[in-house]
Amino acid sequence: MIINHPILGPRDAQEFVYLGDANLINRPDGMSAGIEAFHDYLYNRDNPAGEHRELWYHEQGDRSWLVVTRNTVTHEITKVELARDVARAGGRSK
Amino acid sequence: MRYSGFRVIAEALTGHKGWKPVWRDPAPKAEYDYIIVGGGGHGLATAYYLAKEFRQARIAVLEKGYLGGGNVGRNTTIIRSNYLLDGNEPFYEFSLKLWEGLEQDFNYNAMVSQRGIINLIHTDAQRDAFTRRGNGMILNGADAELLSRDQVRSMYPWLNFDNARFPIKGALMQRRGGTVRHDAVAWGYARGADLRGVDLIQNCEVTGMRIEGGRIKGVETTRGFIGAKKVGVAVAGSSSKVMAHAGMRLPIESHVLQAFVSEGLKPLIDGVMTFGAGHFYVSQSDKGGLVFGGDIDGYNSYAQRGNLPVIEDVAEGGMALMPAIGRARLLRTWGGIMDMSMDGSPIIDKTHVEGLYFNGGWCYGGFKATPASGWCFAHLLAKDEPHKTATAYRFDRFLKGLMIDEKGQGAQPNLH
Amino acid sequence: MSQSNRIAGGQIDRSQTFRFTFDGQAYAGHPGDTLASALLANGVRLMGRSFKYHRPRGPISAGSEEPNALVQLRSGARQEPNTRATVAELFDGLEATSQNAWPSLKFDAMAINDKLNTFFTAGFYYKTFMWPAAFWEKVYEPIIRRAAGLGALTKAEDPDEYDKGFAHCDLLVIGAGPAGLMAALTAGRAGARVILADEDFRMGGRLNAETFEIGAMAGADWAAGIVAELAALPNVRLMNRTTIVGAFDHGIYGAVERVSDHLAVPAAGKPRQTLWRIYSRRAILAGGATERPIAFENNDRPGVMLAGALRAYANRWGVAAGDRVAVFTNNDDGLRTARDLQAKGVNVAAVIDSRQGGDLLPGIRHLQGAQVVDSAGRLGLASVTVRLANGRTDTIACTALGVSGGWNPNVNITSHHRSRPEWREEIAAFVPGAGGPANLAAAGAAGGDLSTHGALASGQAQALAALESLGISAKASDLPQAEDAPIAISPLWFVHEGKGRAWIDPQNDVTVKDVKLAHKENFTSVEHLKRYTTLGMATDQGKTGNVLGLAVMAELTGQSIPATGTTIYRPPYTPVAMGTLAGRSRGKEFKPFRLTPSHKWASEQGAVFVEVGNWLRTQWVPKLGETTWRESVDREVLATRKSVGICDVTTLGKIDIQGTDAGAFLDRVYCNTFSTLAVGKCRYGLMLREDGMVFDDGTTARMGQNEFVMTTTTANAVTVFRHLEYCRQCLWPDMDVQLISTTEAWAQYSVAGPNARKLLQKLVDQDISDAAFPYMGAGNITIQGQRGRLFRISFSGELAYEIAVPTRYGDALIRKLVEAGKEFDAVVYGTEALGVMRIEKGHVAGGELNGQSTALNMGLGKMVSKKKDAIGMVLSSREGMNQPGGYRLVGVKPVDPKGSISAGSHFMEIGAPVELASDGGWLTAKVYSPHLGCDIALGYLKAGDQKIGRKMRAVNFLTKTDTEVEIVSPHFFDPEGERLRG
Repeated sequence: MIINHPILGPRDAQEFVYLGDANLINRPDGMSAGIEAFHDYLYNRDNPAGEHRELWYHEQGDRSWLVVTRNTVTHEITKVELARDVARAGGRSK
Repeated sequence: MRYSGFRVIAEALTGHKGWKPVWRDPAPKAEYDYIIVGGGGHGLATAYYLAKEFRQARIAVLEKGYLGGGNVGRNTTIIRSNYLLDGNEPFYEFSLKLWEGLEQDFNYNAMVSQRGIINLIHTDAQRDAFTRRGNGMILNGADAELLSRDQVRSMYPWLNFDNARFPIKGALMQRRGGTVRHDAVAWGYARGADLRGVDLIQNCEVTGMRIEGGRIKGVETTRGFIGAKKVGVAVAGSSSKVMAHAGMRLPIESHVLQAFVSEGLKPLIDGVMTFGAGHFYVSQSDKGGLVFGGDIDGYNSYAQRGNLPVIEDVAEGGMALMPAIGRARLLRTWGGIMDMSMDGSPIIDKTHVEGLYFNGGWCYGGFKATPASGWCFAHLLAKDEPHKTATAYRFDRFLKGLMIDEKGQGAQPNLH
Repeated sequence: MSQSNRIAGGQIDRSQTFRFTFDGQAYAGHPGDTLASALLANGVRLMGRSFKYHRPRGPISAGSEEPNALVQLRSGARQEPNTRATVAELFDGLEATSQNAWPSLKFDAMAINDKLNTFFTAGFYYKTFMWPAAFWEKVYEPIIRRAAGLGALTKAEDPDEYDKGFAHCDLLVIGAGPAGLMAALTAGRAGARVILADEDFRMGGRLNAETFEIGAMAGADWAAGIVAELAALPNVRLMNRTTIVGAFDHGIYGAVERVSDHLAVPAAGKPRQTLWRIYSRRAILAGGATERPIAFENNDRPGVMLAGALRAYANRWGVAAGDRVAVFTNNDDGLRTARDLQAKGVNVAAVIDSRQGGDLLPGIRHLQGAQVVDSAGRLGLASVTVRLANGRTDTIACTALGVSGGWNPNVNITSHHRSRPEWREEIAAFVPGAGGPANLAAAGAAGGDLSTHGALASGQAQALAALESLGISAKASDLPQAEDAPIAISPLWFVHEGKGRAWIDPQNDVTVKDVKLAHKENFTSVEHLKRYTTLGMATDQGKTGNVLGLAVMAELTGQSIPATGTTIYRPPYTPVAMGTLAGRSRGKEFKPFRLTPSHKWASEQGAVFVEVGNWLRTQWVPKLGETTWRESVDREVLATRKSVGICDVTTLGKIDIQGTDAGAFLDRVYCNTFSTLAVGKCRYGLMLREDGMVFDDGTTARMGQNEFVMTTTTANAVTVFRHLEYCRQCLWPDMDVQLISTTEAWAQYSVAGPNARKLLQKLVDQDISDAAFPYMGAGNITIQGQRGRLFRISFSGELAYEIAVPTRYGDALIRKLVEAGKEFDAVVYGTEALGVMRIEKGHVAGGELNGQSTALNMGLGKMVSKKKDAIGMVLSSREGMNQPGGYRLVGVKPVDPKGSISAGSHFMEIGAPVELASDGGWLTAKVYSPHLGCDIALGYLKAGDQKIGRKMRAVNFLTKTDTEVEIVSPHFFDPEGERLRG
């Protein structure tokens, strides 16, 4: 597979490490959320057959975490964003 | 029709005119007591044991494609019970014991062959971990032996002993491990279930679930609505898709695992072997093909195919261990979709919907689990309580912090 | 032996003669020959035996689809089983042997199976061999396994090298027949970067095997001209002997180049084969088509071959596969074979055409509306029996029969993404379906355009379409004149007459009868058919037989072929050597070595090294006279505890963490608090995963207000860094914190023991007295003027420091430390002594940090702060992870000091029975403590914190040891830590 890195351009997927569903960005706040919220966050997945937003890490590269939108049936990649941008757009800060 | 050597000879002498269909092709009835969704190994075994051991009737298996077309038809055929953790080992040992009597039980030769499995050891830490595991196996009534480097060498002198990056230091062996002709397992269960009146309905995909008042009423299918008192889902690989019909999100991701077979070769490897310093495991089929595999590709996929880097990685492991296979040729690669669960262990449990039961999350250990999975799922369906070897396989173990994490990798499915 | 069947013409170099042997018999051939063409030229038709019935086999094809003519090529460690003689290039001195036959190819004892064929039907083994149960492994299976397989490996290491490469192009053209050449030419002339790959050693595809003309010249000459033009274009790369084996995601294709297989041995420094990863923006499959047979009784004799192969042998290789040939066809293509062979002066006995009407070739006996119903001949074809249109039969003597049942486009690669082919009625064949690899289009015969003109036109059209999509302008050129014959086919799949066997898959011995049996038993789904009969599972993966099998099943079920099913193909297109896929990653080069800065020094001292991940670490350093490893390790431990020892700890992960939020960041990633750590101090940190299990541990030092240095375990250096980047970028993107891994930037040594300070003070320019540099101190220092770092931390339990210098000074520093340590009798100790000392101190490491343990399990539960949010804090509080009876870290020692215990033993109560309920936990790590004079171990014991002082058993069933042990505190040595602060 080839991932079109938003900064570096097309790179072989072998340079990356896969983590999983990009929803992992949406970590609850540990001081306010309890076990149930963390349980759902950490363990349950939509796991769609189709478009999937997922986290890849450019380990053999610039160390960017990326959010890749990829179809899990065709493997077609339609969008690649910096995870930091996605996190900020989702309201995450410090 | 009972199969036997006598029958084969008698048919041969009379022109093979008497063979009967191995299963019927019934039209779906309006309602069943039990619907098993998924005509793979686990679903068929569930139906078989429901009918045979738990004396239940009015059972249907709904299969979206052909019987045995799931992961039972695309795996590397290994059976073993060399698990580490208490939540797993009794279950897999139960499974291995069922394998040992399976062919006589369902009157079909699935070529259950206990030629032994060895897990190679390359570091002292691995030996310690395998020692812990082997002792746990014995405490669970399974068999385990620790082999020295010399013992391994006497079994397979042509492995890479002299120029290895990670030298072989020994092995954990389970002599009762081995291989089974995978398709025959599906066919044997299917035939046994059919003989006991189970309706095996192929080309019938579940497209929805009818749930009223928190209770399952039946399933919508490509062949119309079919009512049921109880529905058991055993569709590993597609679990999230099917259970989404009941509004459930699962602690499961779908991943592709590739597997490989070489051209047929004269006998080379008797048992099953796993390489402890790379991603490679191998056995040789009764037809002579080396059947081998390695790691999952590592990304969510429903595509039933993988990519080249993993093929190379597996071949590298193979050549590192067995430098003599350089001129053997890889004949075929294929990919199966695994239900990778959040702790690497399966789920056999009720759901929040009354009458709806789930069996999945088998990661890449599902084939060897087939008999026990079917038995335990049938037990749960028939008695509404888990079988004693499957009590740990609950959905709520994640909420309660009772994970069964053989590899110690945590909630990251692609690492299990 | 003379080349009795060699006829005129062909693309072989008759000026040179190659000598070769098959089963020890010497033959001659020419450059340009394949092993199969050369053997046929020498009158050898029998080249193998089938898998199940051991029936005699000769080649049916002249290409890579060959299922029959499989041999063992070469000898010794280079022996290559299952090599297709039809594509093995002849070279001088080639040796080949037959396989799957004993004692000889001509007389094969296992051919008894053929006599017993009525018992050995499809799947018979599923129905028998079940009683008694134990007989399967003991009796039945060993017999079956002995008969398994075709060719043999020698079990010797493959002496050849293999390589890997990456190649990039705008357009990959797969196949260099008329369509591929036209596509490559169109793109090449337009300036696109083109790779043209062809599995054959001679480009041209079918043009080499036919007598077609293109323009006004022979097709083969036209092809040679185009190849020459392409070779002159700098933007075109021609790769012959290169098979595209798989289509992977995003335009990546796997290709195998057979660099040296046409040579006796690879040239010096050259690989045998190279695996190419071809990255293409667009690709065109111009892989041609494969002819299919018509099944009839005994259609498997050597001499029965595909009609197109028969004419390929004549036209390309100047070989008449038989002295008297016949043709059996259901389409016009079969007539070409008769015409070409007749033109070459071969005796054509008859054309048996299942159709009525149609063209008649002058001078040839045509039997229209006729079918071949049987054949005869012991080890090769002698005659065929024909059912004539008038119902009578006739026997026609012939030694070769060309069979043409039509052509199947080579759709294989288009289905590698699991796209299903579509049925095209006009050619009675499957063509590529929708949903194939996104950048791939098919042209020529592969796309269903079976005429030469169609190939040229579609090759050009597909190239133009690809170029347009890439924004490369190109224009169509006039196509040369070429044949454009319509496909006149009247499908005939199998001859219905006869009670004998008609082969569909000749290697696996799958016959029409087997398909009928599968149908009778309701294995009617195409996948069931395949799996039950093994149809299409041989080394050719059904290239010739699959569609035929499907057609037979379609007829039995009364459905159309496409309704019956389609079969799709998996990679690889043709089988690939394992060595090729592994490349250079084998032997010691399986994984790269990571060496520490002291490695050279340690090697000089005769150190023993151990693999730790990809690192090699010093395990111990034997001294002269020491005969066992224990002697060395005990000495290293005792000397360290007595005076001072030095250990290379460079492999520990090191991460520099800087920024105004660095302290706050550490509070989030460690379960304990770091923001309060004073500048110039270190603290032990415990890192959890989000699921609350312990992930890693290490000490982290505050070098400045906004600057920390974290250490991780060796094993987790990479994953911890990845995790921190994840936390920084994904979870808290606005934190001002920067990370860099410095594991390889710093050489780091532990200096431990009562004299550690004295030793270091000789080298360190600053005052490191206890007052100036107290326990858990950290700071930047200079070592004889060279910048470094010093941490007063201890894994051994001794007064200890870790001293770090930039990696390039690591070798100098170890030498200086050893020199400076001489007056203290300093030792260098390895990982074994390190392990002894850490267990004496009860520090957790690999065996305890197993990813399955909580802080509570490790006795570190109080470290998990609830006052701040940190990764893993919430989920570590789940009830299942806080059970009072859960595992706790304990120390273990044998009651009898001479007693032996082993890691991996399980705890059992004294007198408890061997059952799961007795399992109390296990010993995680064990060493011999020279200090205590006995084995000691750590372990996880259920409710272990309440069992200190208790006597139990440590049982190891694997080594049959059962030792009484005492459960003790894990802190065996200096539990108060007085030595640390010395």
